[in-house]
Amino acid sequence: MANKKIGKQTVKLQNPPSVIATASIVGPKEGEGPLRLYFDEIIEDENFGEKSWEKAESKLMRETFSKVLKKANKTTDDLDYIVAGDLLNQCLAANFGLRESGVPFLGVYGACSTMAESMSIGSLLIDGEFAKNVVCLTSSHFCSAEKQFRFPLELGTQRPPTAQWTVTGSGGVVLSNEGSGPYITHITTGKIVDMGIKDVNNMGAAMAPAAMDTIVTHFKDTGFTPESYDLIVTGDLGAIGKEICDELIQEKGYNISNIYNDCGLMIFDRERQDAHAGGSGCGCSATVFAGFIYKKLMEGVLNNVLFVATGALLSTTSSQQGESIPSVAHAVSISNTLS
Amino acid sequence: MGENILTYINAFIVGGIICAIGQILIDKTKLTTARILVIFVTAGAILGSLGIYQKLVDIGGAGATVPLTGFGYNLVKGTFKDVESTGLLGAFTGGVKAAATGITAAIFFGYLTSVAFRPKAKR
Amino acid sequence: MQKTLTKKEYQKYVDEKSPNSKLLRNMIRAFIVGGLICIVGQFITNLLKMRGLGQDETAGITSLLMILFGALLTGLNVYDDIGRFAGAGSIVPITGFANSIVSPAMEFKSEGYIMGVGAKMFVIAGPVLVYGISTSVIAGIIHFMLI
Repeated sequence: MANKKIGKQTVKLQNPPSVIATASIVGPKEGEGPLRLYFDEIIEDENFGEKSWEKAESKLMRETFSKVLKKANKTTDDLDYIVAGDLLNQCLAANFGLRESGVPFLGVYGACSTMAESMSIGSLLIDGEFAKNVVCLTSSHFCSAEKQFRFPLELGTQRPPTAQWTVTGSGGVVLSNEGSGPYITHITTGKIVDMGIKDVNNMGAAMAPAAMDTIVTHFKDTGFTPESYDLIVTGDLGAIGKEICDELIQEKGYNISNIYNDCGLMIFDRERQDAHAGGSGCGCSATVFAGFIYKKLMEGVLNNVLFVATGALLSTTSSQQGESIPSVAHAVSISNTLS
Repeated sequence: MGENILTYINAFIVGGIICAIGQILIDKTKLTTARILVIFVTAGAILGSLGIYQKLVDIGGAGATVPLTGFGYNLVKGTFKDVESTGLLGAFTGGVKAAATGITAAIFFGYLTSVAFRPKAKR
Repeated sequence: MQKTLTKKEYQKYVDEKSPNSKLLRNMIRAFIVGGLICIVGQFITNLLKMRGLGQDETAGITSLLMILFGALLTGLNVYDDIGRFAGAGSIVPITGFANSIVSPAMEFKSEGYIMGVGAKMFVIAGPVLVYGISTSVIAGIIHFMLI
């Protein structure tokens, strides 16, 4: 066996796949945010011409899929696998949005960590020479997420300041064994971490220890330091979670403050937009990566990025039964150069 | 006329205070809407059966009957009335009888409006 | 190595980091909006009483109209905006009860008129009726034993 596994949780890919194309479609609110110029498409209203929120989210996924294929100059015949998932029960949006794709399909659930999880699996498939081209895809929708996890839209409730705003959007990437980068070089798969936080309106705090654990493990496994990166970005910790994560990592002896950001803080302008602690959802890290980060990598503004999508693995049943919120974070190391 | 204005002021103050208590519960305990409403209807029923809520209604008028505590109070008031006139069976008839208008209106108007309108996305 | 936080220590740490809701501001808003809704109720009551209606009829019609307003404002996508501002000020009045019936019914209309609208309208109202009516029955039985 080729010794690809390094340290406890990390794989150093020997045939690093390239991210040859990305695509992102976002909702109107995201389309008014600071990253609006980076997304491929901004839909005009959340219904997206469909009769239910679930159908709208499936359509987001379907459209992103065809967009990313087109941008990569590929057809479904070129694809070996789709690895996709979302937040809805039984991964409804991925299953229904991609049912006509005709491509071998691996449905994954990592809550909001799905983008990094699917990219990890896709990279392993390519590195293992099981596949040449893989599409990794995810989505979330504010309205369908509210309906499933929180309250009906028209219920007159207040959100506490720690609550986050589920991003409406879908992001996808095409990974290929051929290409000239950016390359996925390392994968650190997170373990489930539960520090006992029960407040469903403070998911950032629930997920921060998982993000810290994965990032610190990544440093230990690879021997990299914060200086190895020009951006370390978590998925959707929001303002409170990001601050906690930053401090927890500092306690472990690493200082990432200067190069650390969070997709949930990047996608909305919290001063101007009603997003409370920031954005969340699978679509948050997916669209920020596919829209903003990938373009900055291509421009050479960024060269080494650690993309750490974070997921809160709760269900409505578990929180009604008084359970705390288990969380997971997966890290994908992306670089313009191969060392 | 002067007396009329006083009823408005009293309704405002009593109703406002009841809602402010609800706000403390929400902010301090992170209770959801369903729990808040259940607590208020139950509290109204208990205070009603102890005769305390009647005093609040005497002072605040609609300020005490419009909040959901008033719904609980109304249930108990009807129950007591029927218990006094028909005995134990009244415990099972009086409450819903007294609240019949509210319950029926809520179901009927609730059904009509939800059929007629669609939810709108928030931004 | 550095110390590892226990769950208890972490919860304490998170509580310190997390901003609290602005309680006083929220209370004032709840007080004003809740008070105003009650004034509307008082207005209807006074109007009906002036027309010579009895106590029970007045109370019945008042709650009927308040519920109608609450349901309509929910349907018109307004009540949630009021709620976002007022919090308990618009949850606690009976208009909020109507909102709690209409909002899930609207949301789940996509699942049909029986199991969607018909069933989901009671997700919040159901518990309210269960606990309200049960409390009144128990109170009635105790009252029966005391008189």
